[in-house]
Parts: sequence; C-alpha cells; structure tokens
Amino acid sequence: MLKLNVNGKQHQVDVEPDMPLLWVLRDHLGLLGAKYGCGVALCGACTVHVDGAPVRSCVVPASAAVGKAVVTIEGLGGSGLHPLQAAWIEHEVPQCGYCQTGMIMSAAALLAKTPKPSDADIDQAMTNLCRCGTYTRVREAIHAVAAKPAAAKKAQGRAP
Amino acid sequence: MNINRREFLKASVALGGGLSLEFSFPLVAKAAIASKAPVTEVNAWVVIHPDDQVVVRIARSEMGQGTYTALAQLVAEELDCDWAKVSSEFASPNEHIRRKRIWGSMSTGGSQGVRSSQDYVRKAGAAARMMLVNAAAARWKVAATECTVERGVITHGPSRRSLRYGEVAAEAARLQPPQDIPLRDPKDWKIAGKSMHRLDIPDKVMGKPVFGVDVVLPGMLHASIAQCPVFGGKLKSVDASVAEKMRGVKKVVREGDFVAVVADSWWRADQALQKLRIEWDAGANSNVSSETITAMLRDGLADPKLPQARKVGDGDTAMAAAARVIEAEYSSPYLNHATMEPQTCTAWLKPEGFLEVWTSTQDGEASMAAAAATAGLPLEKVEVHKMMLGGGFGRRGGPQDFVRQGVRIAMALPGTPVKMMWSREEDMQHGFYRPASMVRMKAGLDAKGNLIAMHTRIACPSILKVLMPQAMGNGAIDFTAVRSFTDMPYAVPHQQVDYAMRNGHVPVGFWRAPGQQNSFYRECFIDELAVAAGKDPVEYRRAMLKPDDRNRLVLEAAAKAAGWGTPLPQHIHRGVAVSDGFGSFAAMVAEVSVGAKGTLKVHRIVVAIDSGHVVNPDTCRAQAEGNVIYGLGTIINQENRVKNGRIVESNFHDFPLPQISDMPKVETVLVPTGGFWGGHGEPAILPLVPAVCNAIFAATGKRVRSLPLKSQLSQA
Repeated sequence: MLKLNVNGKQHQVDVEPDMPLLWVLRDHLGLLGAKYGCGVALCGACTVHVDGAPVRSCVVPASAAVGKAVVTIEGLGGSGLHPLQAAWIEHEVPQCGYCQTGMIMSAAALLAKTPKPSDADIDQAMTNLCRCGTYTRVREAIHAVAAKPAAAKKAQGRAP
Repeated sequence: MNINRREFLKASVALGGGLSLEFSFPLVAKAAIASKAPVTEVNAWVVIHPDDQVVVRIARSEMGQGTYTALAQLVAEELDCDWAKVSSEFASPNEHIRRKRIWGSMSTGGSQGVRSSQDYVRKAGAAARMMLVNAAAARWKVAATECTVERGVITHGPSRRSLRYGEVAAEAARLQPPQDIPLRDPKDWKIAGKSMHRLDIPDKVMGKPVFGVDVVLPGMLHASIAQCPVFGGKLKSVDASVAEKMRGVKKVVREGDFVAVVADSWWRADQALQKLRIEWDAGANSNVSSETITAMLRDGLADPKLPQARKVGDGDTAMAAAARVIEAEYSSPYLNHATMEPQTCTAWLKPEGFLEVWTSTQDGEASMAAAAATAGLPLEKVEVHKMMLGGGFGRRGGPQDFVRQGVRIAMALPGTPVKMMWSREEDMQHGFYRPASMVRMKAGLDAKGNLIAMHTRIACPSILKVLMPQAMGNGAIDFTAVRSFTDMPYAVPHQQVDYAMRNGHVPVGFWRAPGQQNSFYRECFIDELAVAAGKDPVEYRRAMLKPDDRNRLVLEAAAKAAGWGTPLPQHIHRGVAVSDGFGSFAAMVAEVSVGAKGTLKVHRIVVAIDSGHVVNPDTCRAQAEGNVIYGLGTIINQENRVKNGRIVESNFHDFPLPQISDMPKVETVLVPTGGFWGGHGEPAILPLVPAVCNAIFAATGKRVRSLPLKSQLSQA
C-alpha cells in the first residue's frame, strides 16, 4: 500500500512502488487529465506537480511521490478555474487539447517561480510537445496571465 | 420523435449510474440531466430543451479543427437561437444507420467537415426555425408570416405575444418539415462568420475525460499490444509463461498479426507485454530498407512506359525549341502522423450480442463498419461512441486498424470491456505513412525566361490503392500522388505528367493534405526557374496566373501583407509559394535566417487564404498556425526510415516535434471572396514547405531538394 496525497486528498493505493505516478493517477485514482504521450518523459503530456515542481509523471515512480503533495489538472484551480485555464479558454489555446493539461501544469509551475516570464523563460520552461501547433497561443496566454497582477498572484498561490 | 433514444439513454445513465458510467459519456448534454426534463428533437440536428438550451448534433469528428463548433454555428445561425445556450454532441453512428444515414457523411478528412456539410446543416437549422414559428403561429391561430424570430424568441407583432423556442419545441416536432427552405445570405450572418469560442475547449482545459484513452467502464480491463515489426509479417509463436504470472495480468491474446496482454491497468499490461518472448514470421520484406525503397522509386522514374496523368500541348517539340532546359530531382521521406494520443479503442461485447466501441475516430461510420465486420455482427448490433481525438491528421480515418484490433481483443474476453492503447513505439512503427516519393521535373524556357513546357515524372506509392482501391477503379493514376502538377494553375502551354506507382510494403495513408509534397516540389522548382530567368519569384508566378485566378489574389495578398520587396534585417531572407487545394487557395511568404552552423530559424510566416466563406475566423487562423508547425517539423528533422523491413524511429527522440521555441510568428490574412466553400484544415500546409525552402535558398544559395534538412545546411 502506498499513501499518496493528490489534490489535497489522501489516497491508499495497492500498487507496485515502481508503477509510474501517471498510471496510478489514470488507472487507479480515475484522474484522467494527465495523458500518456511517449512514456519516456519526452513530450510532457503527463505533467503534474509534486511539491510544486512540474514532473513528467510517466517516469516518476509512485513511491517517489509518497509524503509529497501531488497536484493534477483536476486540482489546479481548486473549486474553480485556475487563471491559466481561464486564459486558455479566452485565447482559444487548445486545438485537439490532448497535450494541453500538461502544458497548463508546466505553465503554472513557471508562473509560480517566475511571475513575469520573458519569451526566453517561456522557451526554456515550456518544452511540452504539441502536434497541433498551439505554441503561439500558449505563449500569449501565459503573458496575459502574467500581466494581470491579481491573477498572477493567484497563480503563484496555487502552485507554490 | 419527442424524447429521442440517445438523450433518454444518457439521462437515465447519468441519473442511475455512478461515476464510472458518467466517464463513458463525457459529452452528454448536461442541461438534460440537470433539469431531468424531457427534451425535444425538432429534427435530427436540432434538440431543444424546455429551458431553451439547444443541442446541435454533429456528425463529423473533432480533432482540434473546430468543426464541432463551426457546424453548430451554421445550424444556430439559421435556427436564430441564443448562441450562449448552444452546445454540441456527436451523432450516434448506430442511430445514423437505423435512420438511413440521416446525418450525411461522418467522414472527417480532406478539410471537408464544414464545406461538405454546410448546405444540409444550414437547411436543418432553417427548417427547425420554420417549424418552431409554425407551431407558435398555430397556437396563436395567426399566420406564420406575421411572426418574427430573434435569438430563440418568436414574436407575433400585431398582438405583442411571444413564445420561447423551449415552449413550442414539442409542438414543432410534430409538424411536417418544410420543403422550400431559403437560407440566409452570408453577409447577414450574426453567429456564423464570427470568432465564437469553441464549445469543446472548456472541458479540455479542465482535464475532463473526453478522449478515446479516457474511457472508463465498469470492470474494464486494459490492453497493450505488439504487432509484427515488419509490415505484413505474422505471429509465429509466443512464450507467455513469465508474463502470465505477472501482477494484474488477465489474458494474453494471440492473433494472426499481433499479441495483446490484457491486465487490470495499462502499465501492468505493457510491462507484461515486454516480458513476452515473441517469434515473428517477418515474411518476404525483411530485407527492405530506405535504400531499396529509393532504388524502387528511382527505377520508377526511369520507366519508359509510364501512364500519363496529364498531357497538354506538344512538350517534346516545345522542349526541343526551348532557349533553356532546366531539370531537377526532388524527394521526400515517409512520415508518421504522430498524433499525441496514440491509437486507441475500447470495445465491449455484451452478453446479449451487442458490441459497443469507444474510439477516437475520424469516421464514426467507418469505425462501425470495421467493428461489425470484425465481430461478424450486423450494423444494427454495433454502436460506436465517438470520442474527442487527440489529433487525427488523417491517421484515424481510412485505416481503422485500431478498431479491428480492439474488437478482436474484446471478442477474446466476451462480456468484459477492454481498453486498448498503443504505446508510442507501436504508434511510431505501425502508421499509415505519408508516402516517400521522388520526382524529376524538366522545364523549357523561352528566350525571355518564360516557362513554355514542363514535363514531370512522379514516383510515389498510391494511398488510394492501399486504403480505397474502389476509388482507383482500373485506373493507373492516383490523384493524390500527382496533384499540384495535374492541376497546376500556371499558364504553361505544354505540360506532361507521368506517374510511376511504386507501392512497396510500407503502408501509406492520408497525411495532412495528402500529396502536399508535390507543392514542395513544384513551388521550389518554379523558384529555380524564376532565378534562372532572373525574375522576382512573386512576379514570375503572378505573370503566369490569370487575373481572375484566386491563386493570384492570395499571392498578391500575402506579398502585400508581408511587405515583399521591402528591406529586411541583413540576415533575414524571404521565400514565397502559392498552392491551392481542399477547396481553398493559399499563398505564403516565409522569413528565415540560417545561422553560421547551418541552423534554420523561421522568424515570420505570412499566409493569405481564400476559402470563399469563413465560418469561424479564429479557428481558421488556428488551423493556419497548426499547419505551419506541422509542416515545419518535416523540414527540420522528421523522417521515417526503413531498415530490415521495419521503421527505424520509435519515439520523439528520433522523430522530434518542433517546440515552442521553433514557432515562428504567424500572420494569417483571410481574404474570403464568397461564392464558394473551401476548407481550412489543410490548405496552409501546402505552401509552407516550399516557402521556407525558397527562403533558405535566398539566405544561403543552397537549393534544398530533399527533406528533412537535418545537417544539409551545415554542409553547404
């Protein structure tokens, strides 16, 4: 049995310690927002936060998340939308949308650390892959959230 | 029909079922469930709730291109309802068959989603509006002509009475549909033609389970599969003794050309799959390599008896008389679609002999046909739940291999729902690839440099022969292999196009804008001719296009918006290309620089598109941005090579996708001239590759004639 704290809730899961966190989330906890894209940490579709840091959950063993706070897209905004999610809707960022939950988790971690990121900061932090070509809008939406003082502050609060 | 079957089914599932069942129907009309009130199907496309919520049924699939919203806009425009109360849901393929294909085509490819259904969906919206008005007029006992409609409210002016759509929907549904259905002039549009927010986006940014891989069903198991790495090979033997003892493993399914492990989680299934000792019978193709494929194509080009795909004028005489003859050979590799969501299918063979399938498909009806044929069931006994696609780009339409596999796995575990998902490695190595091809172009110029004769020989596998042999008939020409040459817009008096169909064993398929590699060949070669003629590449093309040709219109629009001819910073250079296809016309100007180490940087793309009408401008711009990055990857480093009969690349480390830092500034100039309906999912990729490669030539003097670039520019 592993004890995991996901989105503020305690869970006991009967899984192998080396089962990647992604599959614990998806197949054992029913949290389907994080996606499988490559299985080897290349694409970032599986990005979640562990103690506030963005991780590629397809290569993080579940045991490594024990005693830490895991936040997924389902828990990012608390009871409402995270400012980034609202900006993603406003800027019509997603096309197919498959990579976007991971993209938003990466962006939330970036803004928590760097509230006013430059384009170079975004280039460096946002290495998530998108096949549809939403990159221009990803950048715009991040800048838009960063430009709103209240929203940026909330973004920081949500992803320490 | 008052309460339609699907609404009823979904409402009852959500009311009586638990969380897991809700997951299986993520696209339910939520209003119906919240209100528990009866809903009315006014016609097959339009469902109205008592509180005026409107649900529009969508037959085409949604893979990010926006059809799920654009078609709803067209219906809502004619229905004249409140857009804030509109949602969409996918039409049921099973119901589609039982109602004699009432929703038209479910196929979603060729940028057809809007342009090939706009006529009947607009009529459906207008017919529903007329029926609602007639119902209100009947209740008031007044003439319908005395009634007006605005945003879902019907008003009888003389008596100042009004009724909402939700109040008369049930009565309207009982009326005869009108025969004569006038449609609005697009210049009067209020909902269509506007950048409405896409209806599918909120669920996607919240991480709701909308994709094929997100299906959850009671007692569901998971499957990971291995297919013979050499295309066409067969399974010889499997030693599953280790795998079968692994935790969570329920069954090892052995089929003719694949093995699947079924377990209680996908990771456990995949871990066990890797412990299988599989022996494959590779068949006759284990010696095929990229080199033998290149030789096959080159051999095709040398064939003296090729069928002609086009013949105009007398090329031989003209070529002999030409002041200059210029020749060039170009080539392109195989390319995987690499959808971010790997191929997936969930299937459930129910005890009563009904088969349910959940899948990310570009064609719900094709999925249903594949499922029914595989299970040996009549279509009536199959339902396909269309899920949102994590990318499509042509991979999930014709082939339907993933549905056949999912059903075969489910048949091995009758009564149990099984969700199959391919690993990225399977997905990379078992695609239906953009054909590798090679062309030889020969041009005759007169003394002034004008193009008077062009002879093109094309060696390319046939997509149609593989996926749609019925579309080929007995003909020897696959139009997807020869396009852009057989329909070249330039006024060239003597033209000949020869086609060498050389198929090989690598499966080929419809990859975003099938035949788009020909735009690369043609538009780069035209650039070579302009250089040889000493003429400006925009002017050289413009002079060969008739004044009323929309190719010329978009060329001029792109050149103007890009500031063609104006000075640029010293290291930045421009390239141009124009191409039409998928009902639209697109021209592009690329601005690039090439660094000292040969590193390409695309700074700015200006693309002008004429699609006749535009239903959602913002979605059209998003498609242009998507086409830019999809095409850019093919320039920089994407290719699928073949060794020992199998695809070499296996994941994103050796089939890299461009990142956010690679994304150029994209300026989309929509120049809709009206009067026709063109697509947006594909046209912008057509000029992308040649515009960038022509800019590379302007920057370096190096003519790129084969892709991807990889290290070509550092060796220049």
